Amino acid sequence: MVDMRVDIAGVEWKNPVTVASGTFGSGAEFAEFIDLSRLGAVTTKGVSAVPWEGNPAPRVAETPGGMMNAIGLQNPGIDVFCERDIPFLRQYDTNIIVNVCGKTEEEYCAVVERLAEEDVDMLEINISCPNVKEGGIAFGQDPKAAQAITRAVKKYAKQPVIMKLSPNVTSIPDMARAVEAGGADAVSLINTLTGMKIDIDRRAFLLANGTGGVSGPAIHPIAVRMVYEAAHAVGIPVIGMGGISTARDAIEMLLAGAAAVSVGTASFHDPAASVKIVEGIKAYMEKYGFQKVQEVKLGTG
Amino acid sequence: MAEKIEVRKKKERVPILSQEMLADGIFSMWIKTDAARSARPGQFMSVYTNDGSKLLPRPISICEADEERRRVRIVYRVTGEDTGTAQLSHMKAGDSLSVIGPLGNGFPYEKARGRKVLLLGGGIGVPPILELARRIESVRKQIVVGYRDGNTFLEESFRQNGEVYISTEDGSAGTKGNVMDAVRENGLCAEMIFACGPAPMLRAIQQYAKEREIECYLSLEERMACGIGACLGCVCRSVEKDAHSHVHNKRVCKDGPVFLSSEVEL
Repeated sequence: MVDMRVDIAGVEWKNPVTVASGTFGSGAEFAEFIDLSRLGAVTTKGVSAVPWEGNPAPRVAETPGGMMNAIGLQNPGIDVFCERDIPFLRQYDTNIIVNVCGKTEEEYCAVVERLAEEDVDMLEINISCPNVKEGGIAFGQDPKAAQAITRAVKKYAKQPVIMKLSPNVTSIPDMARAVEAGGADAVSLINTLTGMKIDIDRRAFLLANGTGGVSGPAIHPIAVRMVYEAAHAVGIPVIGMGGISTARDAIEMLLAGAAAVSVGTASFHDPAASVKIVEGIKAYMEKYGFQKVQEVKLGTG
Repeated sequence: MAEKIEVRKKKERVPILSQEMLADGIFSMWIKTDAARSARPGQFMSVYTNDGSKLLPRPISICEADEERRRVRIVYRVTGEDTGTAQLSHMKAGDSLSVIGPLGNGFPYEKARGRKVLLLGGGIGVPPILELARRIESVRKQIVVGYRDGNTFLEESFRQNGEVYISTEDGSAGTKGNVMDAVRENGLCAEMIFACGPAPMLRAIQQYAKEREIECYLSLEERMACGIGACLGCVCRSVEKDAHSHVHNKRVCKDGPVFLSSEVEL
């Protein structure tokens, strides 16, 4: 009998699959396609202290084997989120991971403090969005700044804190160790890789923002390498993501050292991708006789 | 948003019933799908190519929905060599592809009952006007369709559904200019306008409707990713705060693609 449960920083997930922040809203749109209770957790789109308008359109573009986005963290702010989205998600038998974004340390802390009294299971701190000018990635590219912001939010957090790391750095192990030293309960990676696409007929940027974050299967091998590096650098759980489109991709992440995985852009290719990946991991474990997810590790063949 | 949402949609594999080229670079495809049962004019289908390296669906408007025979017609433009739409154009009857739909809100065509209407389509905004023309029960249906040149399409189908006026940018057929030039040249007027086409055309129609205080609905186009309202990739500026983020950014795929013209900034 396969036991799909995993423990991530003291929170039990029914299976090791969540969805990547920003690709799934707060689940309402996808609830028309899948039963959200089949996921280990739903990770919501980044929420800030006040509403953010995001970037001008066009905000998305397709690339070979992937896409680029520069949404700019449009969101309704924490008040609407708490009133509307938390009660909606609580109807489902799944964990709620709230992704938090901010422009300053104070803004991150204000959102985290507000969530302390809310019925959510984990927090994911977004220090890796490449599409906003202030905050976001500014905290995610310098180990000292990353450690400091982690320490700051931990003072206010009542739920376990996952720090979401950027791939746009020189050393993933340095960043992972920095947030672990700051008190992070887990790390998640990778966020998108900063890219640029140019329309040769208009001789202009394709995205209004100029640059955007590249995601999708094209970045998966990069993500696997970085998850492997992070998992071998820290003792806290690593949630692996980046281009996971199939159960095979997810299993690679688990083998690389991830304790759980997130499905992102694949949900745009098939809104049911995440639950299909849950089923695929289960089938793999049955095939190879794994009883627990944490047994799925390199060198067990 | 307290209610739990019923799981009732999915990406489905559907057979292609026919494919033909209507004009240079313009293709018409009939697919067999139950989407025909609920489709409204102005809604779209998210169409996936069979090329795994092209992840995102192409949002293609519904040109006709045949409820009885459970089939939907999409008419689309090939946007370039090796594009997803080029791949779609190479497919034949008997092949299959994946779709989600119908998506989006569609035109509120019921409001046109008993009124004199103008239906305006330009370029690849022409196809959705056909199903709209078929459904509307108005006193007088004036259909104005604009093309680049004499390479027109769907013209005959429109003639079976109302008075048809044509504009072409090069003057090779109908009025030389855009659809608004044809409206003026033919002295057309209406109590209601429905339109789909490129942004400059919609801007001109929006202005015209505002000056004359005519109720007007515009179908917008924007680059999309998810097509279902989750990713916030395809927003347009709105006068009112949007329901999702409360920031004046309506989602073209979910809140639209059809908007009251006074509601959006183009």
